[in-house]
Amino acid sequence: MRSRWSYVYFAFYLALGFVLLFLNNDINKAIITLMNIIIVLTPLIGTIFGVMYYYNSKEFTELLLAQPIKRSKIFMGQYLGISISLTLSLALGLGIPFLLYGLFKSTAIFDFALLLVVGSFLNFIFVALSFNIALSNENKIKGFGYAILMWLFLAVIYDGLFLISLLVFNEYPLDKFSLSATMFNPIDLSRILILLKLDISALLGYTGAVFKKFFGTNFGMIISFAVMILWVLLPVWRINGKLRKKDF
Amino acid sequence: MIKINNLHKKFGKLIVLNGLDLQIDSGGIFAILGPNGSGKTTLIKSVLGMVIPNSGDIKIDDRSVLKQWNYRNGINYLPQIANFPSNLTVNELIAMVKNLRPKEAHDKDLIELFGLESFLDKKLGNLSGGTKQKVNIVLTFMFDSDLIILDEPTTGLDPISLIHLKEIIQKEKEKGKTILITTHIMSFVEEVADEIVFLLDGDIHFKGSVADIKSQTDQNDLEHAIANLMSKENV
Repeated sequence: MRSRWSYVYFAFYLALGFVLLFLNNDINKAIITLMNIIIVLTPLIGTIFGVMYYYNSKEFTELLLAQPIKRSKIFMGQYLGISISLTLSLALGLGIPFLLYGLFKSTAIFDFALLLVVGSFLNFIFVALSFNIALSNENKIKGFGYAILMWLFLAVIYDGLFLISLLVFNEYPLDKFSLSATMFNPIDLSRILILLKLDISALLGYTGAVFKKFFGTNFGMIISFAVMILWVLLPVWRINGKLRKKDF
Repeated sequence: MIKINNLHKKFGKLIVLNGLDLQIDSGGIFAILGPNGSGKTTLIKSVLGMVIPNSGDIKIDDRSVLKQWNYRNGINYLPQIANFPSNLTVNELIAMVKNLRPKEAHDKDLIELFGLESFLDKKLGNLSGGTKQKVNIVLTFMFDSDLIILDEPTTGLDPISLIHLKEIIQKEKEKGKTILITTHIMSFVEEVADEIVFLLDGDIHFKGSVADIKSQTDQNDLEHAIANLMSKENV
C-alpha cells in the first residue's frame, strides 16, 4: 500500500509523543494523557481509513477479482494491509519519542507496551468494522456516514447511555450489568484495561472498583484480551461471509 | 467450452438473468449482443465469478466454476470501464498484474504496437480514456489463455488502435482461442464475429451466424437486423 496518509499519521503520532513528553515531563503522566487520546483517536482513524480505502480502491479490487486469486484473499490482504500499516504508524510514531526519552530505564515500559497493544487492537477492530460497513453499502456517502456514526456511538454515545442507565437503575446491584456492558464496547474495554494496569482504577469510582474486585487484575486481563480478540474475529468472519455473496 | 445452465440472477427486484441457457463451443469469436441492461455484463461477470448467480450452473470444460477461483487463470478479461488505481504508473500496474499470474506474459510487443512506450512512467490517473483503454487491452492480451472475454473493447479507441485490436483478435482466433465480445458497434461485429448471441430480458433470443440473423429478419445489414429483433420482441 502506497499511502501518503499513513506517513502523515505517523508524523502526527511522532509529534504527539514528543509534545506530550515535553509538556508532562514525566513518562507516567504522558502515558495517561496518551491513553485518552489513543482510545478515541485510533478507532476514528481506523474507521475512516478503512472506509476510505475500500471505496477508493474499488476499481483496483475489481481488477484483482478478474485475476486468479481467491476473493477472501484479496480482501484479507487489504484488511491486513491497512491494519498493519496503521499499527506501524502508531507503534513507531509513539515508540520513537518514548525511546528517546528513556523508556527502558523507567518502570512504565509495561504500561506503554500495553497501551500500544490496545491501540493496535483498536486499529484491527475498527478497520474490520468499517470494512463491514463499506461492504454492505454501495453508496459511498452512506457508508461514510454509517462508519462515522458507529464511531461516534461507540466512543461517545455509548458511554452516555451507560452512565444514564447507571443513574436510573442505581438502586439495583449493577456490577454484572456494568461489566457486561463494558465488554460490548471495545473502546470502553480498552480504557478499563489500561486503567486497571495503571492502577488508577480508583479514579473510575464504581465501575473500576467492581472491575478490580470482580476480576482481579490478571484474570481480568485475560478475559478482556479474549473479548478484544473476539472483537477482531467476529467482524473479520462476517467480512468473509459477506464476500461469498457479494456481486461486483 | 462454456456451458451455462438455467442461470438466474436478480439485483433486488430487478431480474437480470432469467433462466439463461447457453453453450459456447471452443474456438471462434462470439458476439454477445443486446440492448442496454439486457444482462450482457452480468452474464460475463457471472462467468468470471464476480457476480454470484442466484441459481444455475456455469461449467467451463465440464467443471463447475461457481465458488472456484483457479480457473480464472485461463481467462483474459477486458472490463467495460477501464478503472485503474490512479496513483500507480502504467509500468507498475503491468508488473503487478504479471506478478499475480503464474504465466508468461508478452507485454513488450503489445506496448509497442499501441505506442504506449512514452506513457509507461505516467500515472494512470493522468491518462486519457483512450490511452487507458489501450493499457487495458495490453493487460488483457499479454497472457496466453484459452478464453478471452472482451466487454466493450472498442470504447474510446482511435481508428489505428481499432485496426490493431481487430488484428490481435484475429490472431488469437487463429490460435484456436474462444473469444467472447460484447459491443454496440455492429460493423465491428460484422467484421469479426463468427456467431451472434442475442440477449434480451435475461434470456437468449437468438444464436447463430451473421448470415442467419439477416435471413431470419429479412434485413440486409446487421444493424437493422438487430434493431428488428429488438423491436419484434418488444411488440
